[in-house]
Amino acid sequence: MIYSFLRNKYLPKNKILSIKYFSNQIVPAVFSQMLYNELVYIVHRKNILLSLACLKNHIKFQYKVLSCISGVDFLNTNIGKTFRFGVVYDLLSINFKTRIRIKVFVNEISKISSSIVVFVNANWWEREIWDMYGIWFEKHTDLRRILTDYGFDGFPLRKDFPLSGFIDVCYDSSRQGVISRPLELTQEFRVFTVENNW
Amino acid sequence: MCINSFKNKKSFKTLLKTTETKTELKNFTINFGPQHPAAHGVLRLILELSGEVVVKADPHIGLLHRGTEKLIEHKTVMQALPYFDRLDYVSMMAQEHAYSLTVEKLANIHVSKKIQLIRILFCELTRILNHLLAVGCHAMDVGAMTPFLWMFEEREKLMEFYERVSGARMHAAYIRPGGLSNDLSIELLNDIKIFSINFSDRLAEVEEMLTNNRIWKERLIDVGIVSSKEALEWGFSGVMLRGTGIPWDLRKNMSYDCYNDLVFDIPVGSKGDCYDRYLLRIEEMGQSLRIVNQVINLIENDINLNMTSKSSPKTNAMKTYMEDLISHFKGSVGDIVLNSSETYTATEAPKGEFGIYLIGNNTNKPYRCKIKAPGFGHLQALNDMCKGHLLADVVTIIGTQDIVFGEVDR
Repeated sequence: MIYSFLRNKYLPKNKILSIKYFSNQIVPAVFSQMLYNELVYIVHRKNILLSLACLKNHIKFQYKVLSCISGVDFLNTNIGKTFRFGVVYDLLSINFKTRIRIKVFVNEISKISSSIVVFVNANWWEREIWDMYGIWFEKHTDLRRILTDYGFDGFPLRKDFPLSGFIDVCYDSSRQGVISRPLELTQEFRVFTVENNW
Repeated sequence: MCINSFKNKKSFKTLLKTTETKTELKNFTINFGPQHPAAHGVLRLILELSGEVVVKADPHIGLLHRGTEKLIEHKTVMQALPYFDRLDYVSMMAQEHAYSLTVEKLANIHVSKKIQLIRILFCELTRILNHLLAVGCHAMDVGAMTPFLWMFEEREKLMEFYERVSGARMHAAYIRPGGLSNDLSIELLNDIKIFSINFSDRLAEVEEMLTNNRIWKERLIDVGIVSSKEALEWGFSGVMLRGTGIPWDLRKNMSYDCYNDLVFDIPVGSKGDCYDRYLLRIEEMGQSLRIVNQVINLIENDINLNMTSKSSPKTNAMKTYMEDLISHFKGSVGDIVLNSSETYTATEAPKGEFGIYLIGNNTNKPYRCKIKAPGFGHLQALNDMCKGHLLADVVTIIGTQDIVFGEVDR
């Protein structure tokens, strides 16, 4: 019943393509693409709330579920020259059984508005991105660190953060407690980049 | 309280009257966990209590954070696989499966029908493995010791199947991008068949113990009610979503591998309380058994199902034959190259939608691998679910959410 508008004979038969047909007119996208049959929209960071609210509440999309929000660090890549980070929203429409992906690119200093007003469960996902990448979400109600230790410094998932980290937490028997001290390794972590496309 | 803050005088007067008679009670804030058996690992909850009623619950997570996503970025595709066993450490192969599917999408690998069937076989055994722990531990948290012991007996058998097929009881690394690590033997298939015949009796025993048990019902019915609207709002998936009456199962609604060819039902709840979710878990185990039986029949009846996989060669062969040495070398240096593209692929893990957002950049290492764990989404609704319940119900709600910290903290 709810699919009836998608059964218009002038529309592509593929469900995703017909959703693309509609969403192209509504989502204020900079760029859209299809990757492995998944619809991806790149949106300016100022339009993110509008796009999310549109896709959530519009009767033709009903992307009611926010699956997850992920951060990406584009340091030393082509995108990274203009935008350091990407924030990626994965939405799911239970009614139409489709997914959609909204991407936003930001810099270290640019702010992005929190999507809690649209999706309640964005709360922890945004906290995680703040914790891991240091992307600031404006008007977030509770932007504390979530996964790292109390009093942790730095943003571990950034590409310039070393894999072995900076501090070493261990038990010190002389002080009878847990201490953190600067990390000292006899051998640095070695990265092997073997390019072998045989 | 400051007088100036009251703009209308009436309310101030009434306040004066009430303060004369009533003494003010302060809420009590307690720390729950991280070392508490009902915290299912390392959950630290800051609970604000008014008497025995929970006013606010603030979960502090991350005590098991191991930086899995960062580590994966520094490993080749194959090397990254064992990390997925260690996320949700009670449903190991389900996550290997999700990762393998994602990598196969980005590397344009297609696997044969037999491999798909074996994967489904072990994913469903894993679902039973997980639900046994979920129901068993839930029952123990609530106070019933016996089902826990019975169910761990069955878990032991399942882990034996794991061991026989991969060599490891838990962290199997069996389902791999491009295939499986080994083929499975016909004896193992027979033993799984025997297990599946016996297991339905064990399931019935547990049901007899719990389903109509007065204490169990009193502790679970009407506790932690989630409406279907709230469930969507919180991004729930799996049993937490189906418990509210939405028939959403990725195996059926967004099918992957050859789940389409198999016959099974999706049980849904009606009320969305903890008791519904318990019944769902029991029913899902039954449905998994159904799938297991079908898959065994399919594999047995069609011996010609060919097995082409990128399984690693046996150690003995690797040390004897040049070809095996080469293929082992290629596999360990990083044979699989990810396209410079991205995908979000989700599977129906026992706990809910387990999704992986993978970005490749034409190398043998993932550029970014974001893991969407179902437990993370469920746990953030804990505050809403616990509000207004008694302290003892918090334990029930944590149990019904089936939280495992390996996947929440990553």
